Amino acid sequence: MRLQRKDLLGLKDLSAEEIELILETAAPMKEILGRDIKKVPTLRGKLVVTMFYEPSTRTRTSFELAAKYMGADTMSIATATSSVQKGESLRDTARTLAAMGTDAVIIRHSAAGSPALLARTIEASVLNGGDGMHEHPTQALLDMFTIKEKLGGFKGLKVAILGDILHSRVARSNIWGLTKMGAEVRVVGPATLIPPEIENLGVKVYYNAEEALKGVDVINVLRIQRERQKKGLFPSLREYARLYELTPERLKLARPGALVLHPGPMNRGIEIAPAVADGLQAAITEQVTNGVAVRMALLYLLIGGAN
Amino acid sequence: MAILIKGGRVIDPARNLDGRQDILIEGEKITTLAANLEAPAGARVIDAGGMIVTPGLIDMHVHLREPGYEQKETIASGTRAAAAGGFTAVACMANTKPVADSASVIYFIKEKARQEGVVRVYPVGALSKGLEGKEIAEIGDLAAAGAVAISDDGRPVMNALVMRHALEYAKMFNLPVISHCEDEALANDGLMHEGLVATILGLRGIPAAAEEVMVARDLILAELTGGRLHLAHVSTAGSVRLLKEARARGVRVTAEATPHHLCLTDMLVQSYDTSTKVNPPLRPAGDVAAVVAALAAGDIDVIASDHAPHADEDKDVEYDYAPFGMVGLETAVPLVVTELILPGKLTWQQAIKSWTANPARILNIPGGSLVPGGVADVTIIDPDMEKEVDVNEFYSRGHNSPLQGRKLKGWPVLTIVGGRVVMENGKIIEE
Repeated sequence: MRLQRKDLLGLKDLSAEEIELILETAAPMKEILGRDIKKVPTLRGKLVVTMFYEPSTRTRTSFELAAKYMGADTMSIATATSSVQKGESLRDTARTLAAMGTDAVIIRHSAAGSPALLARTIEASVLNGGDGMHEHPTQALLDMFTIKEKLGGFKGLKVAILGDILHSRVARSNIWGLTKMGAEVRVVGPATLIPPEIENLGVKVYYNAEEALKGVDVINVLRIQRERQKKGLFPSLREYARLYELTPERLKLARPGALVLHPGPMNRGIEIAPAVADGLQAAITEQVTNGVAVRMALLYLLIGGAN
Repeated sequence: MAILIKGGRVIDPARNLDGRQDILIEGEKITTLAANLEAPAGARVIDAGGMIVTPGLIDMHVHLREPGYEQKETIASGTRAAAAGGFTAVACMANTKPVADSASVIYFIKEKARQEGVVRVYPVGALSKGLEGKEIAEIGDLAAAGAVAISDDGRPVMNALVMRHALEYAKMFNLPVISHCEDEALANDGLMHEGLVATILGLRGIPAAAEEVMVARDLILAELTGGRLHLAHVSTAGSVRLLKEARARGVRVTAEATPHHLCLTDMLVQSYDTSTKVNPPLRPAGDVAAVVAALAAGDIDVIASDHAPHADEDKDVEYDYAPFGMVGLETAVPLVVTELILPGKLTWQQAIKSWTANPARILNIPGGSLVPGGVADVTIIDPDMEKEVDVNEFYSRGHNSPLQGRKLKGWPVLTIVGGRVVMENGKIIEE
């Protein structure tokens, strides 16, 4: 079985059935990762290119590992070393890659909509590795895989997304994915970091962390970018931490045994207390493993098998 | 050669005329307007049965890009786009390179238009030197050279004192001050209208308030100075409310709206198509309805395209990096006919008035009405003609239109400037 689509641009476009298929396919992939010899020939002869216009360690390496474990060849284009520095446009770079026989391109870009532009330009599958404030579908899928694995499903689950919702592509993809699967989503953060009309996506908006975390099953803590403070969106990291840091005390407000997620990299002591990050309820390192499994599943479902 | 336009429905709002009339043109002038005219010997007779015949349409807000940005548009290509779109006159904005902040640039534009243009070109002078918003330009010189208005369009005048001085100083020359209302700090490098669609797309939003606070400021300054304020591209319900309130109190203000702000919403941005990136941004349906209602009520005086051509390579990039602006000259008429007139939101008389009598009055230029002895600038529109927009057929060098492939009805079929047919059936007639 394959996904009946060329690209993965965001979770907004996916049906609940497609999300279910991806999560189900990721389970056996995770089993491969536990093996002594972590290599299957499923994507042998395929070329997977990562095109990162923004710095990233975990998403890029996760995709590259996923492709390698599946037997594909990988190539990585970083903006600092490519002809992008010589002023080549995204579309021209993409056409060059297409001419080299690329089967899938993973793109990360600070400009929202860039994966869509790329997908319109080339025939290869395009996977969105995070575009601006738009979507980061593979991160949300690995978050959801982790939730499903730990808690069994999504129906009726209460999930709080905590932090800078405005600038977060992780938050948007999680909102689309989780609401489609029947979870109740709360977003919580300072009013300056909540995007306008977000409640129309079927989420509840909170400014008060204590109120928002009451009784939730999952807390997804977002990374706070320090430059947001310099732009005047909140007064200081100190005050941010005082109001929104996920501390052991705040964690106690959630359902006992609630799951703590973080897409990383973490700012310890700002958005998450070390005791929580390293605590029993955190699945943060497991998220990384699950990320590889989910990306293997996606590559398989998009470019695996015969065309 | 004499031209007789026979059997058309003549709409001339300046003279409160709407009915079957024939128009005789001799030389550069209209000589007679009456029912059932006989063609003089040798005259060309144009059968306008079933057509709408109007005074030559005027677009008081376009960017011809010359001098300096000839890869985007030239006076030659832009005036041909105007003629193709049914316009006989355009006012072109000052954000060229060099900026039209000196008499020499105004002379250059006028001379270029005389040599290479096919419609009348009225330059707008810069409000401030270099469009920097710091010191007012030599407005007296600009007026003497032939500028019909002053504006820093494309950039807001952030300093209220500079705006005050411009309104006061331009008053001496009876020039309108065209204001691009945008608070740069509130706009915050936004890319589209701030709202649900921007939230979903992850594109930085420009709140309606970025426009409205400047509309409010400029209305207050117009009241303070008694200067002639003209609000460019009004796009929000809040701006309309402020405008109505000021007009009710007798503030000297006129305003324009673009076909795209009257007919398109921010939903179009969902494709990340960079041709939808425009400033002010496309707004939600509620704002669009308020702007249409204000135009129908006469609180907005003018429809102007804000024709803003860009080279293909400028727009063929990520949404963040694309410049603002869309072309409009060649689609303005059929878009307004299709989206506003045919559905009954606007009458033909209202639309024609906003393209003829009103801009002529605001800019104090000839035309805008069909009068015996007056200039023979005439536009003929076929209200039933339907075709798809094809940007590749544009005379403009810019192809940045979000209307590509859209079927529109009511196309201009003939444009006459000073007694000469410059466009017929969509094709430019070269001299």
